Amino acid sequence: MAAAYLTWRRFVVVNAVLLAALLTSILLASLIGSIHVDLARALQSGIPNNTDRVILFETRLPRVLLAAIVGGALATAGVALQGLLRNPLAEPHLIGVSGGAALGAVIAVILGGRTVFTETSLLPLAAAAGALSSMGIIYRLALVHGRLQPYVLLLAGVVYNAFAGALILCVNAIADFYQAQGILFWLMGNLATQSYALVLTIGLYTAAGTGWLLLQTRQLNVLSLGDEGALQLGVAVDRTRRATFLGASLLVGAVVSVSGMIGFVGLIVPHVMRLTLGADHRLLLPASLLGGAIFLIWADTVARTALGVVEIPVGVVTALCGGPFFVYLLKREGRKAFGL
Amino acid sequence: MDSDRPLEAHHLRFHYSEAAVVDDVSFSLARGEMLGILGPNGSGKSTLLRLLSGVLAPASGEVRAHGRPLTSYSRRQLGQAIAVVPQDTVIEFPFSVTEVVLMGRSPHLGGFAFEGDRDVEVAHQAMRRTGVLDLAHRSIHELSGGERQRVILARALAQEASIMLLDEPGAFLDIRHTVEIYDLLQDLQREGRSIITVLHDLNLAALYCDRVALLKEGRLFRLGTPAEVITYEALTKVYETEVYVDTNDITGAVNVLPLSRPYRERLRRS
Repeated sequence: MAAAYLTWRRFVVVNAVLLAALLTSILLASLIGSIHVDLARALQSGIPNNTDRVILFETRLPRVLLAAIVGGALATAGVALQGLLRNPLAEPHLIGVSGGAALGAVIAVILGGRTVFTETSLLPLAAAAGALSSMGIIYRLALVHGRLQPYVLLLAGVVYNAFAGALILCVNAIADFYQAQGILFWLMGNLATQSYALVLTIGLYTAAGTGWLLLQTRQLNVLSLGDEGALQLGVAVDRTRRATFLGASLLVGAVVSVSGMIGFVGLIVPHVMRLTLGADHRLLLPASLLGGAIFLIWADTVARTALGVVEIPVGVVTALCGGPFFVYLLKREGRKAFGL
Repeated sequence: MDSDRPLEAHHLRFHYSEAAVVDDVSFSLARGEMLGILGPNGSGKSTLLRLLSGVLAPASGEVRAHGRPLTSYSRRQLGQAIAVVPQDTVIEFPFSVTEVVLMGRSPHLGGFAFEGDRDVEVAHQAMRRTGVLDLAHRSIHELSGGERQRVILARALAQEASIMLLDEPGAFLDIRHTVEIYDLLQDLQREGRSIITVLHDLNLAALYCDRVALLKEGRLFRLGTPAEVITYEALTKVYETEVYVDTNDITGAVNVLPLSRPYRERLRRS
């Protein structure tokens, strides 16, 4: 049952349990795949042509780690945006932020004359800039007479996503064949990587964004009383809003630049966490980081094993879970969330 | 620090577009006083309250709290000095009652912090005062309107501010819950808190307020004791309708009753 309020003790215990579950998931998911891996053999050094070791450390583990980071970042961005917009249906994908990030990344790739989306540490910043500008536009559109209109926000997000998608396809048509192929494959959402450097880069961006957002969480709690209520309780509302937009954009930009469009993680995970742990953002944010990491690890495990040798894009798996979940949420809280 | 005058308004003026919404309003609130703000719809009551709380900045004039201009306070200092209770509060996420009341401690906390033992103690005391302690674990979404308003009042108490501003705290409550809120405000007032409340109900104002300010089109039409301000003559001018004014036999306070059209016309002819 939900506790009356959040204490340090509860904060530490819940996060420790989730962290243990995450580490277990990383280990188990690394062992699951089309080829069996013998963990004991993989851990032994000095065996020549140790295929178990190669598969575990050069194929599976980097991919599982990337899934954890991407899932954690998307869920964290979801919590932050929901708190900021006071809307449980806000999600980076749904409100057009991912679309903006993807557009930013594609433009950067074309301008930079690159064919791949990996191996560059500045690409996440271009995607973050795309995410931030889309967020600014959508937020402005949703302000009617100085008040945030939830349904206008979601509608503007859907329209912006479609618009950004069209622009991406335009750019794609102009791009050369190899670039175009790369863009399409990336857009569907993919976590395959063998690069620990990439994992580390995206990990650092995610850590920075999450730490920054964690500093805003107490203010996000008070913000649920409304702008005026929060102001009267000493919260610098504008500063909190800008800081949260910035942090969420950084997270979404970083993960979209490497893994394309993976939807619904930012919707499903925060909602489940809120149901089980309560509404306090100070706990909800780190718990969603860990929960999102666990969720995407297993979604990606399904994506790469369900059909045997053929891989399904992980974005397809999350959308297949997320679509019905969104409908369920809409039935449950649609009236409230849309301000009807 | 001039604690005899917790809150002062000096020639406050405010306008949204062209027309003034608050026009040259001046008054001062005494320590331990309950001041009611009355006036028809659109007379600037809520805007005046927002100017006093520092959420809106006046176009000209100045608000002083404890002798210091509001503009010299930081947001957090303001939250420690002034507590505001709105008509109704919609909270999107399923916070528990205790969590909502603890939000009142926000001006006393910085950055990413957890509430300490003293914060929890203050919140529990506030919940005991407003009778919501046994709702502590409940989600704010499960409460009735009356319970929710008492939770919001507890949140305001947890701020430990000596000035309280209320915008029709009984707007959505039935008669019993309304008088319970005002009884509690009266207790707080006797303990030295200074209170300004916006009201629509003239009888409540007459019953509970030490002084009332009657607004008409943004201007202070009259300021004084309820008996001085709530008169047939003043009300007909400000509300532009006929009402029946009497004295309550039990309380000795002024009583105001509405009249239907035939009686208003009869009164106007006489």
